[in-house]
Amino acid sequence: MEHSIFVDIAFLLLAVLAVVAGWRVFRTDSMVRASFFLLVSFIAVGAIMMLLAAEYLGVAMFFMMAVEMMVMALFMVMFMMNPAGLNPMMMVHQHRLSIIAGAVAFFILAAMALFSSFPADPLPAGLDPVRSLGHEMLGDSMLIFESAGIVLLATMIGVVVLSSHRGRYGAAEEGSVPPGLEPGGDPAGQPEKGESEGGHEHHHHHH
Amino acid sequence: MSLVTLLLLAAALIGIGLYGALSQQSFVMLMMGLELMLNGAMLAAVAFWAYSGAGAPQGQLLTIIVMAVMAIEMAMGFALVVAVFRGKQADTTEALSELKQ
Repeated sequence: MEHSIFVDIAFLLLAVLAVVAGWRVFRTDSMVRASFFLLVSFIAVGAIMMLLAAEYLGVAMFFMMAVEMMVMALFMVMFMMNPAGLNPMMMVHQHRLSIIAGAVAFFILAAMALFSSFPADPLPAGLDPVRSLGHEMLGDSMLIFESAGIVLLATMIGVVVLSSHRGRYGAAEEGSVPPGLEPGGDPAGQPEKGESEGGHEHHHHHH
Repeated sequence: MSLVTLLLLAAALIGIGLYGALSQQSFVMLMMGLELMLNGAMLAAVAFWAYSGAGAPQGQLLTIIVMAVMAIEMAMGFALVVAVFRGKQADTTEALSELKQ
């Protein structure tokens, strides 16, 4: 595939950006900033995909990751003790092992990239990548595409089931009461005592 | 920009992601590591599509599937974080040791 020097320069800058932002994700004090660094890494990879003529995938990456990382940042603010990065944060375990595993994975994959020979079979001239992807998704690979949709639907149902406060047979956290916020106090996130509990017991069998 | 440089970039992203997934204590940071690994996998798939797949549309389809996997991982991960936080007020992996031998 022939391309100009500017494509190479852009690729180099985007590659450095993707790697540096990906590394900063785990080295910043603020978890919100970490999710934005991850977003930068994804957008750099999306731009590289657009350089590779996969316009649809690159743009889809932009939209998907922008929304995903906003959700992630919101979750950070909701759940994490240090979302703003006011204190230094280094919450890691098995650190040395993780560094070694990451480095080993990189070197094995890099050796495969460098020392194996892949067929040089570039994009044919006159290929319209978006059109060919559309024909594939709604043509030969329609079953795969539809299956992905069904799996996403199942995920939505599963997510609602997992995160709903009450199931059909009572509260999800019944029987596992967390410790109180203060010694002897009530734990956070519990329903009020006066609320009606529904009254359904576990021994209701339906045959 | 060639297949080798693209695969090297993908390898770097996968390596960083593996480090993050193994080392982070917070559930959400751990998920960020997984996402970074999938990011590298998607880049490698597109690189193969563009340089050694002769533009076969299945290469792009594979990337779409990985994107769907990423969305599923994200949604299920956050739902599990919510469920675990409700049950145990835990947001780090160390706080869950019930299944430990």
